[in-house]
Amino acid sequence: MWTLAGRGWWRCCALAPCASGAARRGLPGLLPAPAGGSARGARTGVRLYSSADRKEKIDMSRIPAENTRNFSIIAHVDHGKSTLADRLLELTGTIDRTKNNKQVLDKLQVERERGITVKAQTASLFYNYEGKQYLLNLIDTPGHVDFSYEVSRSLSACQGVLLVVDANEGIQAQTVANFFLAFEAQLSVIPVINKIDLKNADPEKVESQIEKVFDIPNDECIKISAKLGTNVGSILQAVIEKIPPPKVNRDNPLRALVFDSSFDQYRGVIANVALFDGAVSKGDRIVSAHTQKTYEVNEVGILNPNEQPTGKLYAGQVGYLVAGMKDVTEAQIGDTLYLHKQPVEPLPGFKSAKPMVFAGMYPIDQSEYNTLKSAIEKLTLNDSSVTVHRDSSLALGAGWRLGFLGLLHMEVFNQRLEQEYNASVILTTPTVPYKAVLSSAKLIKEYRAKEITIINPAQFPDKSKVTEYLEPVVLGTIITPDEYIGKITTLCQTRRAIQKNIVFIDQNRAMLKYLFPLNEIVVDFYDSLKSLSSGYASFDYEDAGYQTAELVKMDILLNGNIVEELVTVVHKDKAYSAGKAICERLKDSLPRQLFEIAVQAAIGSKVIARETVKAYRKNVLAKCYGGDITRKMKLLKRQTEGKKKLRKIGNIEVPKDAFIKILKAQPDK
Amino acid sequence: MALPRARVRSWVAVTKTAHRRCSTEGTRRPRSLASGNLSAALYVHWPYCEKRCSYCNFNKYIPRSVDEAAMERCLVTETRTLLQLSRVQRVESVFFGGGTPSLASPHTVAAVLEAVAQETHLPADSEVTLEVNPTSAPGSRLVAFGAAGVNRLSIGLQLSLERGTALFTQVQQGTLPAPDPDLAAEMYLEGRIVLRESGFRQYEVSNFARNGALSTHNWTYWQCGQYLGVGPGAHGRFIPQGAGVHTREARIQTLEPDNWMKEVMLFGHGTRKRTPLGKLELLEEVLAMGLRTDMGITHQHWQYFEPQVTLWDVFGASMEVEELLEQDLLLLDDRGLRCSWEGLAVLDSLLLTLLPQLHKAWQQRCPSPVPGG
Repeated sequence: MWTLAGRGWWRCCALAPCASGAARRGLPGLLPAPAGGSARGARTGVRLYSSADRKEKIDMSRIPAENTRNFSIIAHVDHGKSTLADRLLELTGTIDRTKNNKQVLDKLQVERERGITVKAQTASLFYNYEGKQYLLNLIDTPGHVDFSYEVSRSLSACQGVLLVVDANEGIQAQTVANFFLAFEAQLSVIPVINKIDLKNADPEKVESQIEKVFDIPNDECIKISAKLGTNVGSILQAVIEKIPPPKVNRDNPLRALVFDSSFDQYRGVIANVALFDGAVSKGDRIVSAHTQKTYEVNEVGILNPNEQPTGKLYAGQVGYLVAGMKDVTEAQIGDTLYLHKQPVEPLPGFKSAKPMVFAGMYPIDQSEYNTLKSAIEKLTLNDSSVTVHRDSSLALGAGWRLGFLGLLHMEVFNQRLEQEYNASVILTTPTVPYKAVLSSAKLIKEYRAKEITIINPAQFPDKSKVTEYLEPVVLGTIITPDEYIGKITTLCQTRRAIQKNIVFIDQNRAMLKYLFPLNEIVVDFYDSLKSLSSGYASFDYEDAGYQTAELVKMDILLNGNIVEELVTVVHKDKAYSAGKAICERLKDSLPRQLFEIAVQAAIGSKVIARETVKAYRKNVLAKCYGGDITRKMKLLKRQTEGKKKLRKIGNIEVPKDAFIKILKAQPDK
Repeated sequence: MALPRARVRSWVAVTKTAHRRCSTEGTRRPRSLASGNLSAALYVHWPYCEKRCSYCNFNKYIPRSVDEAAMERCLVTETRTLLQLSRVQRVESVFFGGGTPSLASPHTVAAVLEAVAQETHLPADSEVTLEVNPTSAPGSRLVAFGAAGVNRLSIGLQLSLERGTALFTQVQQGTLPAPDPDLAAEMYLEGRIVLRESGFRQYEVSNFARNGALSTHNWTYWQCGQYLGVGPGAHGRFIPQGAGVHTREARIQTLEPDNWMKEVMLFGHGTRKRTPLGKLELLEEVLAMGLRTDMGITHQHWQYFEPQVTLWDVFGASMEVEELLEQDLLLLDDRGLRCSWEGLAVLDSLLLTLLPQLHKAWQQRCPSPVPGG
């Protein structure tokens, strides 16, 4: 990237005057005076610099910590976070002001389509305010609690946040979740009411919601239209005035937080870092507190928003470094980096990503196994939070069991596989990691633990060998217009949820808090909620540990033979409905055979649901004369070919499609 | 033209006597394949209809006018060409199908029959069938067809929902309900019972006959006898010995009447597609077609097509076939292999076990890489 810019410069010189053609991100005041000597540009919105500027390294030592602000924008989906980021980038001259700046920081197709941020991006903005040069580090965060750990790590590099709320939709579930993450991190919160240009905007109402839910005085809200750029300037002012500079010490030994990482095919891992103490230079030897591995820094710089080497970064600053790490697991989010032989106390809060939702992933055709394998490897290079275990199924062949942070994470991963790698897969119904507290001494010895996590139903230990089973639970927040409260309460009850709290955030909007078994929301809860509230209710959740649960292993039988692929772990109260649903789906997808088939769901030896597939009574082509023979033989040939692909359970032939229909995650129902 | 006409009359005269005898005795019986490659059945396709029926997917055309003289010439020409090509010495049956062949003139029918009689031996008691649509076949016309040599009428009934028809589209789009498969099965079963109790023999999946009046022509199809297809889109299966070929071919004539006629006028025939049938393919057809009949496949019949590997060799040791025998769907005994009463209704399912078993046995017997070689 750097050499490209350099080449551009040479070409540019040959074609001078070329200022307009080479409008670039300017870094006023921090660079040695450029040849053209244009300090004037610093105060104009659009700065015209030749690329030559970029060849010079910015002297990061000239930016003191007190002139630095590190902040994030947090918002519910579609409340305008990325558009605001675009405007801030334009306003500070980080990017050119054109009509085409749409979600500049959202680089992935899936992000633009879903209006979410999956991969956090960071941008260092230079801004002149009241005669001083400020470095404003905008640390973008993933916009969903599936990524709450990432969000919390991003936030730990910040001292403040812009909490963006849509002037029309008001506070939504994710606004609340995000606010509390920021609040717990003791960050300054600047409420921003966006989209005031909309016809139905009611900023005053939103102000009072903010006051009621977050206890922030309503006069502190900044009302803007990010789309039109209205009042965006006052946000930069507020960032400088209300958010404190990072409290850091340049003289201490280096202490840097890894808050994100990505993978570059040629340079290896690019770690996004926030420096809490000291400085880091190209050539330094650094150590990961988590892995204890030592690396040499090859490149260090700021994100502008593209990588721009600076040679050095100082405490309080945010940027990236490349240090020969080969794998993103070597730069785990939350890890602390320090200088070789100068160990420091690691920053608090590090934990390895903990998958909460598991699903099987199989190629639609086994011949695509290797292609899919390489696609998954490439994607996980950039996302160390996905766990991958090889798995195989008699019906679906070789595949993987993947662990995700949450449902959205899973969907996004699947969508990226499809869009970026053109891979089509069978994704099985997601399951959650159950736990069992063992009582059997033999099992405890075998597992070398009293408590085990069950990911695969095949490993589910018998009730006689456990003290109790545990299931993961989450604290869900639902914000809804009051007319849907009744329906939502009923929905939550059917999902075994326990109401914890209900608060009216304004005259006709309520915020409900429920403790949900995670298993109950992984399949179609969100879709059900959206459809029964005509799309108005929003939902978000956070991890709430584990609770005791009466879990049972349910078998599916065909004429008495267990179908291994369909063994599931379910809550006792849900066994009947789950068993019935599977039996019904199986009944619909099993072709008739020459004998009757009993499709049963059973817990142990007790049958809890049954469906019957009747035997064929007639299956013969009615008319078959001279002109029909060729066609008939072709049809029979095709059918016998198809029959070879069937899996036999007992003497019953089950097509692969039947398994797929049952195992596959159901879109919505 | 004088001479052929005289011959026609003479053939018809003989037929009439034979036919009368048949009707009175009521004992016409389908022939076995004793005459083998020396004989064949003949199918003649009349491609025109008055109107399009919503359920019909046959090869038919609704013309503004038909040049019947040209059509007759072409049918006669192709009949002669194919008979010469097949070198059969005997035609056991002729079937005029369509389309609506009862719209053709009796003269055309007579001309074709005469051509057959000239080219080969057409026995006096040969079955000559005309497919009729009752509305286009008043009594007087039927008398004329009878005079031309027709001795059997086929009044078509459509039993199945066929792709490419208006009816099929309507069912696909949901404008018409699809027949409930259970109800259809029930009706089929009831129908079989009613007919049986009325003294009809079910000699094939969809064919019932009283007093031994089985269709010789159709029986040839199920017994995998040779048949020649004449006319637009007609199918045939025979050994074109006249071309020095010694394997059976599946043949299809050109579909569109105008193109077919042009080809016949240029080359003497409108054969569009010739597919050689391998030995295994032929055995597959023997199995799939033969089991449609109540007699099934006799050991003798099987041996005619495959002298070395017996039915016992192929099916006797298979566990899966054994299951079907145990379920009383299939019978394998000294007579041969055949469906039970219940088995006949689910024959297509049985074939999905029997055909792979035939393949297996065939491969064990002749591990030649060329299928059916």
